[in-house]
Amino acid sequence: MSYWILAMLAMGAVTLLCRAAPFLFFMKRKPPPVLEYLEAFIPPMIMTILVLNAFKGIDFRAAPHGLPEIGSALAVAALQLWKRHALLSIVGGTALYMILIRVV
Amino acid sequence: MDTIGLQTKKRSALPSAFAASFPVLLGYITIGLAYGLLLARSGLPWWLAPLMSVVVFAGAAQFMAIGLFTSGAGIAEIALLTLVINARHMVYGLSLLDRFGACKRFKAYLVYALTDETYGILTTVEPPEGVDREEFYAAVSAFDQSYWVIGGFVGALVGGIIPFDATGLDFALTALFVVLLVEQTRSMRRPAPYLVATASTAAALLAVGPDNLLVGAIGLSIAGILALRRRLS
Repeated sequence: MSYWILAMLAMGAVTLLCRAAPFLFFMKRKPPPVLEYLEAFIPPMIMTILVLNAFKGIDFRAAPHGLPEIGSALAVAALQLWKRHALLSIVGGTALYMILIRVV
Repeated sequence: MDTIGLQTKKRSALPSAFAASFPVLLGYITIGLAYGLLLARSGLPWWLAPLMSVVVFAGAAQFMAIGLFTSGAGIAEIALLTLVINARHMVYGLSLLDRFGACKRFKAYLVYALTDETYGILTTVEPPEGVDREEFYAAVSAFDQSYWVIGGFVGALVGGIIPFDATGLDFALTALFVVLLVEQTRSMRRPAPYLVATASTAAALLAVGPDNLLVGAIGLSIAGILALRRRLS
């Protein structure tokens, strides 16, 4: 049991360190100008990568060739562009996905 | 003008934060249930699921830990793998220095509770007028974490007896990222970050494979956008 606790504490410490590192590093220092430049571009880049990362498990060669995932994601994007209602887009797209994986 | 008289009464952050966190509820509860169930079925004690969700609170690392714990991996190896998986959080923090810099009461909690999904919401969704920004951030983070802890707890205890077929409900998190991406395109209209990120993800997939895709793609995209600094700024 002490092994699990120790391993868990090590994981918690490393994770917290990753999350706190930028704040600790720039607590006393003034952030360099390059960070201001990065701040504007990081969120759109991260969101693009997180979306693409969510599709990495799809086998496009085998049926249904990623159709439920790609089709539902496109439906979410279209709904969001059209109505701009996040909950509607997410719940609608998820419902469509749950139907598609059961019928396709 | 009498500015004091114009001050609007402060509104609670809870309703708007709950609405913003709702997609995460669908995703975290479902994936949390799966996490708790998997952990308990691997022969680990049920209480480890909610405890890990409080002490570590990082989904991918927690899933990885199940295999490592049951195979008795070394503590140093576990710590190193956790570092590789969660190094992306450093990049998140870099782009939140300003936003969190203005926070006081909840700053420590906000830093500790920063997940992919919470990062996405906090950098994209604006709190409604009259709602305190820091309270909104803290409430979204706390709602998100509560879903994850509850999901893991219930999954580890009774996950095996839930009759509802929830397969596919975790797509809500993918849908959340798609919505946040669409919203990002409204405020960042230049194509460069999207193209750099897509190229970086493709390159990372070839270079490091699917298992370390996130850390590879984020590292490459930062290098790529830095290389374009002269052209873009």
